Amino acid sequence: MKYKVEYLDPEDLQKLQLNRLREVSQHVYNNVPYYRQAFDNLGIQPATIKSLDELKNFPLTDKETLRTHYPFGMFSVPMSLVREIHGSSGTTGKPTVVAYTENDLKIWSEVMARSIACTGGDYRDIVQNAYGYGLFTGGLGVHYGALELGAAVVPMSSGGSKRQLQLMEDFKTTILTCTPSYSIYLAEFAESMNIDPRKTSLRIGILGAEPWSDSMRRQIESIWNIKAYDIYGLSEIIGPGVAIECEGQDGLHMWADHFYPEVIDPKTGKAVPEGQDGMLVITTLTKEATPFLRYATKDIVSITYEKCPACGRTMPRISRIKGRTDDMLIIRGINVFPSQIESVLLEIEETEPHYQLVVTREGALDELEVQVEVNEKFFSDEIRTLENLEKRIKKEIESVLSIAVKVKLVEPKTITRSEGKAKRVIDMRNI
Amino acid sequence: MQVKQISIFMENRAGRLEEITGVLAQAKINIRAISLADTSDFGILRLIVNKPQQAEEILRQAGFTIRENSVIACVIEDRPGGLHKMLDLFAKSGMSIEYMYGFFERHSDKAVMIIRVADPEKAIKILLEGGIELLSGEKVYSL
Repeated sequence: MKYKVEYLDPEDLQKLQLNRLREVSQHVYNNVPYYRQAFDNLGIQPATIKSLDELKNFPLTDKETLRTHYPFGMFSVPMSLVREIHGSSGTTGKPTVVAYTENDLKIWSEVMARSIACTGGDYRDIVQNAYGYGLFTGGLGVHYGALELGAAVVPMSSGGSKRQLQLMEDFKTTILTCTPSYSIYLAEFAESMNIDPRKTSLRIGILGAEPWSDSMRRQIESIWNIKAYDIYGLSEIIGPGVAIECEGQDGLHMWADHFYPEVIDPKTGKAVPEGQDGMLVITTLTKEATPFLRYATKDIVSITYEKCPACGRTMPRISRIKGRTDDMLIIRGINVFPSQIESVLLEIEETEPHYQLVVTREGALDELEVQVEVNEKFFSDEIRTLENLEKRIKKEIESVLSIAVKVKLVEPKTITRSEGKAKRVIDMRNI
Repeated sequence: MQVKQISIFMENRAGRLEEITGVLAQAKINIRAISLADTSDFGILRLIVNKPQQAEEILRQAGFTIRENSVIACVIEDRPGGLHKMLDLFAKSGMSIEYMYGFFERHSDKAVMIIRVADPEKAIKILLEGGIELLSGEKVYSL
């Protein structure tokens, strides 16, 4: 299926974006005190916005903004119009809350259906959706898109590798959606079940929610004998379906009729030239429940507006995520902030808030080890007491992060400190 | 009747134990008894030394995580049933031992068991009443 909007002339696309920007600006101006204040401070009336360029003066919205207005302070509609609420991890224990109206769910379904179609999927496909279903937007987003496209969806959610493979064989699923690392893990698991991953019915992998590389793509394509596509999304914008690769596999097309991208220098806030690295900032042009103007994704990308030589789409393409401007880690598709771990440790008397996170990739899956310094005051000379402490820390951290971690007690003052500040994260994954 | 023991928290990594013995050797501190309890990630080194206070100070200065504990030193006949006699007293009184380790005392040809219990006062009373010889701290340090 071809979506005409994806091939619009740049001028027509900009006209559409400008109209939508005015509408969404008026909507947030009317309904969100935070945005009304921002417009008033700048002396701008939403109705008088003349060009997309005017956006650059507007303040950024980020996770911190959402946290300050937790839970519903950034909602632009009354709860009676909200149909679904999702969240992703924030820098503290509180999740970042986003909401969807009936129409938002339609848009989400549309952009996700367009994403699957962009990889060559259609109504004849059987989509095995191994993204987690729940508060995390991955599972339901892909689900809605597959439904919209008319494909059959198998809502597997994450984990349960044996069953994933069993049903992949029995149902002859053709599209696998999950994190790239899980797709590798699953292929390795298949071999242990005497299933040849190259001989399944799979033809497409739609993989995302964590950083990966071209060499990982080649590996995945070879072990599964499929085409693997990078998909990008974040719950604050809509969830999965913000941008995806086409058959050219050279940059991710962003659905710019709904999401207006800018790439800025995170230090100066100024736009960087096309093709140069900077922070991706997105304005949602059509959302109703939680539209955000200039949302700072903290993801480092470059962008090109050139018409795609592979597919002919005029939708701008962003590069793969090249890094982050903050210390957020993505572990098995889940956002992890070191500060979340710090707040857990501060609650536990026996430990110093000195810790280090060591991320490794064991086989295909990420492992997070939390090294914690033991407080001398509470050092017990009994193994049992220390092991119980280790277990307690593990349990508390896991309940906050929702992923399994390994906790290791280390001697005080052994964690490297540079300029008095501890180096919190050692990422040993070669992505 | 209690003896000072120094416990040191140690990560399991190559050369760590050697660093501790190095610090002690330099300060001319003699180790009377040593025990190492370990898990896959960390260990606890327990030491009885001739100068506990000084050892504690220099180890702490060297940046080690340490703790001083009181343990009991029991003299055991170095013959079959020697250890059993002592453990029998604990069993009969329903008292648990947290951990123990032993060393051989060369002057008297007897073995010494270092015992850690939750309630040392009570343990000392039981052992003495059961006819077990206990060594004082000073005696152990100067062995």
